[in-house]
Amino acid sequence: MATFLELSGISKRFGGVHALREVNLTLEAGEVHCIVGENGSGKSTLIKIISGVEEPERGGLIAISGKEYPKLNPVHSTQCGIQVIYQDLSLFPNLNVAENIAMAHHLGGLHRVDWRAMKTTAMAAMEKVGVELDPETKVSELSIASRQLVAICRALSADAKVIIMDEPTASLTRHEVDSLIKLVSDLKRSGICIVFVSHRLDEVLEIADRVTVLRDGAKVGTFAAETIDGRKLSHLMTGQAFDYRVQTRDVTASPVVLEVNGLCRDGDYQDVSFQLRAGEVVGLTGLLGSGRTELALSLFGMNTPDRGTVALQGRPIALNTNGDAIDLGIAYVSEDRLTLGLILNQSVAANITLTVLERLAGTFGLIRAHARRSHVARWIADLAIKVSNPENPVKTLSGGNQQRVVLAKWMATNPRVLILDSPTVGVDISAKHGIYEIIQRLAREGVAILMISDEIPEVLYHTDRVLVMHDGRLTIDVAAEKTSEDALRQAVNA
Amino acid sequence: MPESFIASFSRFRRSHEFWLLIVILVLCASLSLANAQFLTMQNLFDLLTSYAFVGILALGLLVVLIAGGIDISFTATASVAQYVALAVANAYGANWISVCAMAIGIGGALGAVNAILIQKLRIPSIIVSIATLNVFYGLLIFFTAGKYIYSLPDWFATGIFWFEFEWGKDSSYGVNLQIFALAVCFLITWLVLNRTNIGRQIYAMGGNADAARRLGFHIFGLNMLVYCYMGVMAGVASLVQAQLAQSVAPTVLVGKELDVVAAVVLGGASLMGGVGTVLGTFLGLALLAVLQNGLILLGVSSYWSPLFVGFVILISVSVTAWSQRERRTKRAGP
Repeated sequence: MATFLELSGISKRFGGVHALREVNLTLEAGEVHCIVGENGSGKSTLIKIISGVEEPERGGLIAISGKEYPKLNPVHSTQCGIQVIYQDLSLFPNLNVAENIAMAHHLGGLHRVDWRAMKTTAMAAMEKVGVELDPETKVSELSIASRQLVAICRALSADAKVIIMDEPTASLTRHEVDSLIKLVSDLKRSGICIVFVSHRLDEVLEIADRVTVLRDGAKVGTFAAETIDGRKLSHLMTGQAFDYRVQTRDVTASPVVLEVNGLCRDGDYQDVSFQLRAGEVVGLTGLLGSGRTELALSLFGMNTPDRGTVALQGRPIALNTNGDAIDLGIAYVSEDRLTLGLILNQSVAANITLTVLERLAGTFGLIRAHARRSHVARWIADLAIKVSNPENPVKTLSGGNQQRVVLAKWMATNPRVLILDSPTVGVDISAKHGIYEIIQRLAREGVAILMISDEIPEVLYHTDRVLVMHDGRLTIDVAAEKTSEDALRQAVNA
Repeated sequence: MPESFIASFSRFRRSHEFWLLIVILVLCASLSLANAQFLTMQNLFDLLTSYAFVGILALGLLVVLIAGGIDISFTATASVAQYVALAVANAYGANWISVCAMAIGIGGALGAVNAILIQKLRIPSIIVSIATLNVFYGLLIFFTAGKYIYSLPDWFATGIFWFEFEWGKDSSYGVNLQIFALAVCFLITWLVLNRTNIGRQIYAMGGNADAARRLGFHIFGLNMLVYCYMGVMAGVASLVQAQLAQSVAPTVLVGKELDVVAAVVLGGASLMGGVGTVLGTFLGLALLAVLQNGLILLGVSSYWSPLFVGFVILISVSVTAWSQRERRTKRAGP
């Protein structure tokens, strides 16, 4: 293999903070190189130096195909064949597929647009990737997975030698991740180097030839993928050891809180029955479209079922709006905390108090400032939310702390049933650990918890019982200790 | 060829423009049944002439909206351009070329002021243009004391009359200044937006400004172009209006902004940026014109006109939103 890009002694300071210290990295043609590290470990700074958005400190050296440069700029790095696919994909939703792929045709001084040449470029790139999309379809009408393919096609049509993918799987379903992994190995065979940045360690291990681990701005090491496993990786990333085992708590003696019987909603799910006990954590997994999120929304009153019954502590209940559900003590933490779970521009305090404004109201329905302050202080302390001032906007917090704010918002309603949809998406390992601890604590306090997740190990190691949905039906309902990762994975993909 | 024709037709059938066209056709059919005056050559030419001012401004605003901004200062820009150009023409003499150059130059310069404020100070375009509307208009009123110009140069007052032809008994029609300018502006705007790379960059920037920046688009230059284009359109529209009114009144244009916004939004342009077409803008303008004209021909008091216009905007926007939601649920379904 030929070395395409070599970084040596790269450092970067922002003010007094060392974002990167003396990092060395080589990228070979035709390899899949994963970069892992916790938030703040320097991954994004490293990517920005390779793409030329940031300049490294003096003393570092960047060599591309043997030629040495002290620094790069975005245009130069693109000319050298370095393409970055950002997490938000940077596509133009209002334009069609062909135009997005062949966007480079639009650069330069004033000239006529050659629609036919653009379409040819786009078709050629799509053929290389093996994707068939109507070039005239608007990108806003495509699924996230198809949009990602468009972004990959765009990188290829710019003659990429290195494609850097930043968290490419964050919003894909398992099935879509599988096809992306297949595509990545095809690209690799054609001699392109893929740099894969991901939080999901199982994917990293599945896809990588080599893995570079960063911690606190320094490189811990580069490892051949076959020499490491998930446990070792998370140890290298955090410096701490997390060892999760299947739980063996017995909750069969606790009273049933939520009982679902023969619940149907045509087109979404069929004949779903299960029970949730007080203090029990139940995991629910399945492919996107298997009906799991639709089921959760039904239990939260946002997707009224056609047939079947739901009983709360033995009494049948009607869930027609989410207001009904909240009044009955059912809380739902949505999957997409950025758009559905939080008001990003508003303060931590405003977000935490959102669900309990009535309780904080005094005379004439005005909010009592003192009650609000103590409520906010209590929850920030209780969930150890790291924020210097509760009036800071939520968007300034890290992913893990944002998720804690969402949890605080719902825990403040004292729910009897808490539904968590993918609570650890986009959070790093130590923050995940903190969220698992909160879930376990809530369970000990007697809350019945339904946790939806794509990640099989998460479902297996942090719940008492596991449900698997497939094609709208509940196919597995088993105690966590009586199953295994492989068995669950098979049931999900059956 | 026929296959791609069918594909593009089926895409057109799902578009906002298609619905607009249907609405306009239905409206025209019922109006011509109700009043024989409506579907005449005379009325058609009158409509084109009197809506040229709004139409040319609408094209400028369309480009600004596509780029992801908004500008409502164009009526003040037009007032300034018109007043200065024709006052200078009266005082020092001028011809078509120099008077156009002045109006366009002043319009473009005032557009550039907007662009610089918006881009360099990073103030939202709506706020900048509310402020500059007042500044431009305030300066004009201060320096002119609100005085009208009643006597225009003879060549200007006469205007142009090209491609004359006879139609029916003793009536002859031709292309006047208003219709000529409207047609040229439509053609140029369509060419710029659809046939040049700059036009496509404007669409792209309106759709996702961050992505455009990452791809190396010249964001400041594009915005400068867009707001200057709006200013130039205001300059052209101002001459068209002065020629039709046969006078220059510094106070009559400001206040007409919402008619222009209505035409562009009816035409399907999005205030969020990235969306809008020249055809849609033409149809939006046509709907507005036919509706207001129809009400007059039906003998409805002009006091009712705003009410109808308001309802038509609500209905038209709801129909589009509804048909898009229908399509989304159909796609999401099994």
